[in-house]
Amino acid sequence: MKDNLYEKYLVDSAMPTMWCPGCGNGIVLQSIIRAVDELGLDQDRTVFVSGIGCSSRAVNYLNFDCMHTNHGRAIAFATGIKMSDPDLKVIVLTGDGDCASIGGNHLIHACRRNIDLTVICMNNSNYGMTGGQFSPTTPLGSQTKTSVYGSYEPPFDLCELTASAGATYVARAATYLPVQMKEMIKKAIMHHGLSFVDCASDCPSLFGRLNRRGDAGQMMLGWKDRLVSVKQAETMSREDLEGKVVWGEFVNSSERIEYTDVYRQNIARAKESVNG
Amino acid sequence: MKDIIINTSWCKGCGICVALCPRNVLKLNEETVEVADNESCIGCRQCEYHCPDFAIRIGEEDV
Ligand SMILES: Cc1ncc(C[n+]2csc(CCOP(=O)(O)OP(=O)(O)O)c2C)c(N)n1
Ligand code: SF4
Ligand code: SF4
Repeated sequence: MKDNLYEKYLVDSAMPTMWCPGCGNGIVLQSIIRAVDELGLDQDRTVFVSGIGCSSRAVNYLNFDCMHTNHGRAIAFATGIKMSDPDLKVIVLTGDGDCASIGGNHLIHACRRNIDLTVICMNNSNYGMTGGQFSPTTPLGSQTKTSVYGSYEPPFDLCELTASAGATYVARAATYLPVQMKEMIKKAIMHHGLSFVDCASDCPSLFGRLNRRGDAGQMMLGWKDRLVSVKQAETMSREDLEGKVVWGEFVNSSERIEYTDVYRQNIARAKESVNG
Repeated sequence: MKDIIINTSWCKGCGICVALCPRNVLKLNEETVEVADNESCIGCRQCEYHCPDFAIRIGEEDV
């Protein structure tokens, strides 16, 4: 790697991060930095926006214009930023709780609008920051602080959710596959429309400990048996896919018009009608 | 032989790099990771890409 990559993109005075040893958030952040660097994005024309959670703390470490907003509201703030200057690259860093429980409504409406934001979800299957409660992505039967007899709520598949709500780039990455993650993040950033990358990640301190998954190294190795590519999944039965996590691209489409483009057209129509 | 650069003030000793290294190059000491067998490093960068704390890098050139 280039020697100055971390020096260039990380806020030295904020390091080391507040994350626990082995927390997957740092692996996602590293993939983002590499993606941004390989794309050669302008640090003054790229904005990162986050909500609340361990994952949302990521913006504190980035040497970019960043906004650390309210819980669940990152996409709403990001929408405002994008609408005010559509030529900015606006990237939302969020968690499964932040974007799928309290922020779920903002997520689906951003997808419906197909606004050109990149939403990167660090999905660790629980609320890390508040002590390990179950989230909308906690697998059925998992131990969490609020499901000591096993989680009894069926989870969302965030890729299915965002795809059906209208997102035009949808992919799932995993911290076990950081190079592929970086490639998907690059495509998501360059995509014109709402892109969503679900990053399958680990919270070794809470979810990992409560589910007896071993230490951070063992948790990481555990992904090897659980990850299945989209291509492999096509030939597998429903039963075989039980407990597996499918990674890869689910949607990559340019069929729907993007929201700031629609909005510009709408302004032109309004002007035309006023000017007669 | 590869140059393995460890930032001991950022490393939290999580052990992910140790678990993923295919050649047992790394080992944990009390607080951080250290190089146990530099000779065996094949430069695959599994440690570097998976480190959550930006704490281990493999140099571009052989040393
Ligand atoms: C309005 C509001 N409700 C609840 C909270 C408490 N809270 C803080 S972080 C969080 C969940 C974060 O979960 P997730 O987005 O999955 O992030 P993680 O910490 O796991 O990375 C909650 C419920 C809050 N800060 N604000
Ligand atoms: S509590 Fe979990 S999500 Fe939060 S920093 Fe620790 S490992 Fe990461
Ligand atoms: S993965 Fe990084 S933080 Fe964890 S032990 Fe290795 S060098 Fe240290």
